[in-house]
Order: sequence, then structure tokens, then C-alpha cells
Amino acid sequence: MANTRQIKDRGMNVFFFCIATASITILFMISVFLFMEGLPIFKVVSVKDFIFGSYWYPTSDPPDFGIFPLIIGSVVVTILSASVSIPLGVMSAVYLAEIARVKIREIVKPIVELLAALPSVVIGFFGMVIVAPFLQNVLDIPTGLNIFNASLMLAFMSVPTICSISEDAIYSVPTNLKEASLALGATHLETIVRVVLPASISGISTAIILGMSRAIGETMVVLMVAGGAAMVPASIFDPARPMPASIAAEMAEAPFRGDHYYALFATGIVLFVFIFIFNIIAEHIAHKYRQVGEASL
Amino acid sequence: MKKLSFVVTIALSIFCMATVAVAGNIVIKGSTTVLPIAQKVAEAYMKENPEVSISLSGGGSGNGIKAIIDGTTDIADSSRFIKGKEVKLAVEKGVYPVPFRVAYDCIVPVVHPSNPIKDISMDQLKAIYKGEVKNWKDVGGPDKKVVVISRDTSSGTYEVWNKKVMKKDRVYPGALLQASNGAVAQAVAKNKYAIGYIGLGYLNKDVKALTVNGVTGSMETTIDGTFPISRPLFMFTQGWPKGETVKFLNYVLHPAKGQKLVGEAGYVPLY
Repeated sequence: MANTRQIKDRGMNVFFFCIATASITILFMISVFLFMEGLPIFKVVSVKDFIFGSYWYPTSDPPDFGIFPLIIGSVVVTILSASVSIPLGVMSAVYLAEIARVKIREIVKPIVELLAALPSVVIGFFGMVIVAPFLQNVLDIPTGLNIFNASLMLAFMSVPTICSISEDAIYSVPTNLKEASLALGATHLETIVRVVLPASISGISTAIILGMSRAIGETMVVLMVAGGAAMVPASIFDPARPMPASIAAEMAEAPFRGDHYYALFATGIVLFVFIFIFNIIAEHIAHKYRQVGEASL
Repeated sequence: MKKLSFVVTIALSIFCMATVAVAGNIVIKGSTTVLPIAQKVAEAYMKENPEVSISLSGGGSGNGIKAIIDGTTDIADSSRFIKGKEVKLAVEKGVYPVPFRVAYDCIVPVVHPSNPIKDISMDQLKAIYKGEVKNWKDVGGPDKKVVVISRDTSSGTYEVWNKKVMKKDRVYPGALLQASNGAVAQAVAKNKYAIGYIGLGYLNKDVKALTVNGVTGSMETTIDGTFPISRPLFMFTQGWPKGETVKFLNYVLHPAKGQKLVGEAGYVPLY
């Protein structure tokens, strides 16, 4: 009797182990493929010229494969969108978790999460057709398809992620911590800023990094809205071409296993490394600031 | 080693299958510019003749013509005429590629309808796209910055523009990039100071087509060759086509069938 139970248990273990490793294996294989298809470009250009070269003319003769403007485009768009989405997301999370009445919270939170389900092409279209002409007319700038517009659209996309995950983190701060703070005479605001936020910083940073990862990897929105000029932008109202936009626009027509194809995959590697670093930072912060004891999340 | 021989066998068998094109099978390869035409016509043709199967692939004009010379395809799509070098190579192999003109590609510069400019010269276009002219007043327009909209460098439309307008000079990096004809039209329609270029089939009332060197871009001016930013598109066959291939080409060239679909694909039909 005990024997069949053991076999059953072992069988279960193996089954779940396989399920759990499946996603890791797939991810690993995709990365191997990415590197296999991307690395051959470095026979044509050096790593330094590829990353710091400022001209991207993959189809000219002779071609130039410099993705520096693309990297800068991605970084600028991500930072600008983060500077909009982080305050918005975290502050709405504080409101929902700490200040709003239960009824409001129950209505607003699902709506915010629904916002995350908006397809990016819809947001891109909104940015292209509504926001771009609006910016052109109001600010009198040459084009509304620029970094500012793209950042704004990306911020819309990351706010729900940031808000929802931060809210969970803030909400799960134990009540007795707050009660202790209030009992010591701190106001509600002081309690939020000095006790609740530090106690949930690990969850909030995870939320922020996840939101930013979504922004840097987002393709459709930047393809439609960022303008797509492959040059280092001089102001936030200049167009830019983030890396995913470049890959998406050119991959379909790039000759299979040609230099252009390899260069696009190598751009993918750079993007992969960026997001990888983001995730390591998130992991590090989450680990370092994890509250122990009563406030552990 | 075993694996390698396996791959070689597979490759060889595919090669053979492609060479021995049985009646009822047509293989089409080549230019991605001609691909939308080939695709539309092939779909319609297969609908009318269900016993025929047509296999389509892109890969570029060069690859298409190479396949005709090697005999691995029945029809090669090409967005340019065959080069002298290729003809020589073909004749050495005893192959005589036969060109069929199937359509024209006509690219029209467009601006916002509120822009007072009506005509532009090829030199002005080149200067704008090289980033030398940055203000509309330099080409006779209002004192406003020019917003240059271009296509992704892999597209056939960009290829024509690059060859005919830029004379192979580079479009300056500050030009905005859009990934399709439709997106360029959309972007120009929404921006008063923009200039872009789109295929003739994509013109609509929200954008204003410019005349180039005084010539209006239209089907007539494209066919008689007076509009400067246009080119013929070809399908090549190996020797004079026979069997199913000649039927297919007749279908492509039929004014009410294939040529109508050419127009629907956004290109200029022959008649």
C-alpha cells in the first residue's frame, strides 16, 4: 500500500518537475537561437562599431550597422515614460490601498487592471491619430510622432502594471505596523511616507521594474508613435527609433541569413541584455530591502 | 556526418521537386515588391483552377533570377530588368530568360492638403531627403520646418525612391520612418508640414500628390514613361513558357483579371 503511494508521489514529482522546467527550456532555447542568429554580424562589424556606431543604413552599399541612435532612442523613451508612470502608478496605488474607501477600491482596482489588458496596437493608434495632431497643434512642433508622445503612450501601458502590483505590496503591509505608527502620534501622511512605503519598497520596486521592462520591450506603440528617425535625438520633441521598432519594421523584408538579418538579431541581443539587467536589478532590490519579521511580504 | 547527409538528401529532393515542375504546379520566386501582385493573382487563379497549385516565395529579385538560371523555379518575379552579367551566366548555361512586363510601380510624393506647394523638382526632392533643405520656404512654401517621412530601408518603395530620387545617396537619419504605404499616408494626412512618398494606389483625399518636374503621377504618365519615379515590374520565365505557366502568365496579363488585381494590390496595371 505504502509502495503505490510512494510511486504515485514520485510520479507526481516528476510530472510537475517537467512542467516547471518546460518554460525554462523554451526560454533557454529561444536565447540560444537569438545568439546563434545574432552573433555572425560581428564578423562584419566590430562589437564597438555596432554598439557605438551612429549610422544605421543596413541596405546601403556599403552598409552601416551602428545601433547607437537606436539604443539611445530606447533608453530615452523608457526613462521618460518611467518618470511619468512611476509617480502616477505608485501614488494611485497608495490612494487605493491606504486612503480610498473599500467600495471605491473594489471598483477602481479591477478597472485599472483592465487598462493593462488594452492591446498595444490600440494605444499606438490612439497616439498616432489623436495625440500626435493634438501635440502638433498645441505645442506648434513640427511632428507629433516623437519621443514625448511615445513615452506618454508607454506610460499609459505601464501604469496599470505598476499600480496593481504596488497596491498589492502596500495593502499587505501588516496593520499593526501602521497602528504602532499612528499610536506614536504620527499623522496618516507620515505613516504612509515613513512606515508603509519603506515596508513595501521591495514590492514597489518589483512593480516599477516590471513596468519599465514592459516599456522598453514594447514594439507596436513605438513603431507607430515614436517617429522612427534613426538619429540621436536633440530634444524630447524629436522623433526617435527604439530598438524594437527597428526590428519589427525591417525584419520582414531582410534577406534570410543576410547581414541585415544578423544585425537585427544582434539588436535583439542588446535588447535582451537590457531587460536581463533590469530583472537582475529588480531581483537585487527585492532581496535587499525585503522586510524581515512582522513586515515580511 | 549522418545528419549532414540527411540534410543534403532532403535538400536534393526539394531541389528535384522544384526542377521537375509537373503540370499543375507552378513555382514562383523572387522580388518582394512583385510578391503582393503574384499572391493576389495566384489566389484568384487557384480559385478558378482548383487542380493547379502555385507555390510562392519572396527572397528578392536577384534570388528570383538566379533561380530561373538554375531552373529551380518556373517564374521569377523581378522589380528590375535582368542585368548583363546575369544574361551572360544564363546563356553559358544554355538558358534563355524571357521577360514579361506585368505591372508598373509608381511612387508619388505627397504633402498635407493645406500645403500651398504644387510642384517639386527631382533635385528639390533629393535635397529635402538628404536633409539639405530643412525649411519649406527654400522650395517655395511657407516658413516652416519640413518633416521628412521615409520608408523602412528594406521596402521596395524605398528601393525605387533611393534609386530614382536619391540616386543612391542616403536619406538623412532625421527622416521619420513608417513601416507601410498606409502608415505614410496616415502620417502625412495628420501633419501640415510633412512630405512623404507612397505608391499610386494609396493616394487618397487626405493627402495632396505633388507633380514632379511638372508631371502629374498617374497611370498614363507612368505608362508613357514621363513620370520620373516609376519602374516596370517583371516576371521572367526560362525560355518561352509552356503548359500551366503560359496559362498563368496570360491570366496575369488579362486586362479584366490579372491586371485588375494589379490595381487592387496598389500598383499600376499595364492597360
